[in-house]
Amino acid sequence: MLDHFSYIITVFLMVSGLYIVMARGNLIKKLIGLSIFQTSVYLLYIVPAKLVGGTAPIISPQFSVYSNPLPHVLILTAIVVGVATMALGLALAVRIREAYGSIEEDEITRLDNAAEQAETR
Amino acid sequence: MSLLAHAPALQVVLPLVSAPLAVLLRHRNAAFAVVTAGAWAAFAAAIALWLQVGESGVISYHIGNWAPPWGIEYRVDRLTSFVLLLVSGMASIVLPYSRASIEREIPRELHYLYYAMFGLCLTGLLGMTITGDAFNIFVFLEISSLSTYVLIGLGRDRRALSASYRYLIMGSIGATFIVLGIGFLYLMTGTLNLADMAVRIRDIESSRPVLAALAFLTVGISLKVALFPLHQWLPNAYTYAPSAVTAFLAATATKVSVYVLIRFYFSVFGESLVFAKLPLPEIMLLLSLLGMFAANFIAIFQDNLKRLFAYSSVGQIGYITLGLSFDSFNGLAASIVHLFNHGIAKGAIFLLIGGIVAAGAKAGTGPLPLSFDRLAGLSRRMPLTCFGIVIAGLSLIGVPGTAGFVSKWYLILAAMDKGQWWLVAAILASSLLAVAYVWRFVEAAYFRPAADEVRREAPLSMLLPAWLLVLGSIWFGLDTSVTLGSALDAAQHLIGSKP
Amino acid sequence: MTAADFILVALALPLLGGLGIVLAGKQPNLREGVTLTTAALLFYCVLQLLDPVLAGQHPAVTLLEPLPGLPVAFSVEPLGMIFALIASGLWIVNSVYSIGYMRGNGEANQTRFYLCFALAISAALAIAFAANLLTLFLFYEVLTLITYPLVTHAGSDKAKNGGRVYLAILMGTSVLFLLPAVIFTWHAAGTTEFRAGGILPADLAPATVCLLLALFMFGIGKAALMPFHRWLPAAMVAPTPVSALLHAVAVVKAGVFSVLKVIIYVFGLEALAGATGWLVAIAGFTIVAASIVALSADNLKRRLAYSTVSQLSYVVLAAALLAPLSVIGAALHIAAHAFGKITLFFAAGSIYTAAHKTEVSQLDGIGRRMPWTMVAFGVGALSMIGLPPAAGFVSKWYLVSGAFAAQHWLALAVVLASTLLNAGYFLPIVYRAFFRPLSADAEAHPHGEAPWPIVVALSLTAAGTVALFFFPDVPLALARQLVVAP
Repeated sequence: MLDHFSYIITVFLMVSGLYIVMARGNLIKKLIGLSIFQTSVYLLYIVPAKLVGGTAPIISPQFSVYSNPLPHVLILTAIVVGVATMALGLALAVRIREAYGSIEEDEITRLDNAAEQAETR
Repeated sequence: MSLLAHAPALQVVLPLVSAPLAVLLRHRNAAFAVVTAGAWAAFAAAIALWLQVGESGVISYHIGNWAPPWGIEYRVDRLTSFVLLLVSGMASIVLPYSRASIEREIPRELHYLYYAMFGLCLTGLLGMTITGDAFNIFVFLEISSLSTYVLIGLGRDRRALSASYRYLIMGSIGATFIVLGIGFLYLMTGTLNLADMAVRIRDIESSRPVLAALAFLTVGISLKVALFPLHQWLPNAYTYAPSAVTAFLAATATKVSVYVLIRFYFSVFGESLVFAKLPLPEIMLLLSLLGMFAANFIAIFQDNLKRLFAYSSVGQIGYITLGLSFDSFNGLAASIVHLFNHGIAKGAIFLLIGGIVAAGAKAGTGPLPLSFDRLAGLSRRMPLTCFGIVIAGLSLIGVPGTAGFVSKWYLILAAMDKGQWWLVAAILASSLLAVAYVWRFVEAAYFRPAADEVRREAPLSMLLPAWLLVLGSIWFGLDTSVTLGSALDAAQHLIGSKP
Repeated sequence: MTAADFILVALALPLLGGLGIVLAGKQPNLREGVTLTTAALLFYCVLQLLDPVLAGQHPAVTLLEPLPGLPVAFSVEPLGMIFALIASGLWIVNSVYSIGYMRGNGEANQTRFYLCFALAISAALAIAFAANLLTLFLFYEVLTLITYPLVTHAGSDKAKNGGRVYLAILMGTSVLFLLPAVIFTWHAAGTTEFRAGGILPADLAPATVCLLLALFMFGIGKAALMPFHRWLPAAMVAPTPVSALLHAVAVVKAGVFSVLKVIIYVFGLEALAGATGWLVAIAGFTIVAASIVALSADNLKRRLAYSTVSQLSYVVLAAALLAPLSVIGAALHIAAHAFGKITLFFAAGSIYTAAHKTEVSQLDGIGRRMPWTMVAFGVGALSMIGLPPAAGFVSKWYLVSGAFAAQHWLALAVVLASTLLNAGYFLPIVYRAFFRPLSADAEAHPHGEAPWPIVVALSLTAAGTVALFFFPDVPLALARQLVVAP
């Protein structure tokens, strides 16, 4: 059980992140959930790549244990993507707040439905 | 080395470079020129690649001369070049159109950003298509997705913002699922190169992580494909995005995602795993049928023309995935050719709808002149626009002589190969639903009395690109050497010889 | 020019004519001149094809190949020749009539009307010359769509609803039944080309053959087999020239023509032996039932519409009997019914134009005011009933002989009953028109004959109906080729 503790944490983060995205109505909280969800994936990549005591793969007689650099690089890219997503999501939340006066999903849906009914009439 | 040898790289790099240039230039005309030039160059590269693949088979291009599986490989086969043709072709047509269209839909000072985002979106879609590297797919997917969210958010209605936000959440979940799937595959195979992965996966294909990867990839990509019932982001996003954006996305974004699905199913996991050992075809068949009927049925009752055709897109995607679920030569060919045929017909319709919006904005009748009341008697005001929508609508229905008929023919043939007569009946019945929603437009535009009968067509720079696609959806119904030829070749390449 | 060239020219001419009609749209006289010239040239082109076909040749041409192995191709065989001759020949007469009718009634959007008309003729000819099922299906659908604006020409709510029924039934049947039938034929036979003796593999199970036949027969909704006949009366909201040419000639004949083509060239008469009993029954039922409805219809065009439903099933019945003589009868009936029914519709339109009357009960004594119209109507009625000296007699003769030869007593009984019913709903109109006194209302509104183009047109078709009785040589020769092995 303890051998797999990193995976357990990964799965816990993944599920709780996804739960927050679905269950919360506040646009900012949703983004926080999304961020947690994405972070869990970073862990999933990094954990198997890291060896205890391993270093970057530098050819040198002092080191014999290396961590796999590829997942690290991939996740660096993924983090950049995650940051961009977060920035865009927050920017949208700001714009929504300006346009609707609220960042609660229920309120926005209510306003949208009202607008729709006004159009069809 | 000649320029032609670098066509695979240029395919992606040219639009990629055009985007930051557009931002640096900071002027809408200059940005327009740069990004359009980038798209046209990409289109030229796509044509070159298509011809080259036809002559010499699969092209493998090594980025930075690093040999695969260590370096990133761009791999162009029949299917790839066909999808590249669709994506870059649509961009080349939509960009000139957008100049007049966004004039009325997006504030002027944001125009250069619009072109930059368009260039990035195009880059992402082309990159997803051409790359032979699993993680690269994710990166390009996010490039196209992030720029798509921005493009949708540029819509005038404030609902564009909430639609964009919802798509961002759904899309990011989908993309994260895809990375998860790719991560599992990488952990199991130790490679990211798709071709290499396909070889290494053979020995471990029933292991649990591989199955988990398949599940994550299927769900994640299906979200981007908008496979029913994962389509909820689509109707609002299409309805409130600027017209040109809707047209481009409807014609390309979901199609490229379908392409990625095909790639993973047939080129990585292999059909024996996906279709023979798992109940995936049954599930996909069911969801496709549900999509075909539910979405087409919902479409009939929409009051907003754009939303009507957005739901119709969900239904049409059902046809594409239905073809996939057959796991047969004819089914796959039907899916691939329908990618293209539906793309141009739906693109044409959304471009023409953009014309209605533009003409309405000019006349000052308010923000969204797309409810059926406002469309009454439209044929007297905009005869060319209305006629174009009808023709493209006929292609959606699948009337013989239009491109849609070709796809329908192969889809039914595939159902008959399986001996499933009830499926034949279901496909035909759902296409009757398409008749119903297209005819709602016909009756509103042609039979209801018009408020005024002043002729007010959209500007020529919008009509021409739209009509190019309208004529395309007839042309590709009569001369199918490019479309069907590519699809049959691609299906043969993916699934082996004709059964 | 070779015969194959004439096929392409014949198909292209109405399209060019349509272009001319649009260009001349602002000047009505020029526009109608274009229509008439095109029609005359077209008839000339079709006539050029007659000699080779009579000599036993089948000129053919391939246009393009949208699906591998499935070209859009044309080939002229005897049956198609009959259909093409009728469609192109009657277009001339009908154009003359249209000019009188459309101007007499001050109809709107006349340019669109003439344009769609020309396009519909082109589609009808393409059906006539179709060399395979795909081509037939393609232009069958085109014909449906191109005639939709004609049916809904008035633009009123009534026209819209009529158009809905028209489109729903014709599109619905063709998409749900005909398309799978075509694809199944391709799936089973590997070709959709029309060939004498049929193309289906011999090892098809009888039940499959029956099912496929049912898909074809009900899928060809234009043949108006019950229960898919409702579009025909619904389409009567169209202006009378449309009803006349399209619903007495081009559209409905495209339907029964397709039925004959499928039975003769896809299944083959021998291969169907024993599989058509139900079809005879349904066609017989349609004949009798539609006649009974016609009997009780007071609206003249509605009565004619149901009469058409019934007469179309004559062709289906004759084909379903599978006897060589009855197949000749079926082919002849396409021609005979076309001439007779167009005369009747012309007369109905003439009455509407001159007297603004639409109901049978209003026609008392009208024969004295409109003698030409009502005499022509009488000739058409004789042809429908099948009495000499009208064309209907000849086709009915072959049909009855075929039923005798096949020993099919049910079919004979149906023909006999329907003859009586036909007489029952047509002769009272003729009687009313000539032997009843004018009603008081009619006395107060004097009127004469319809405008001269109308009178000329209906006299010509009435004369044609009689001429076909005395000189049926050409259609007969063509029809005989159908059943004689080449």
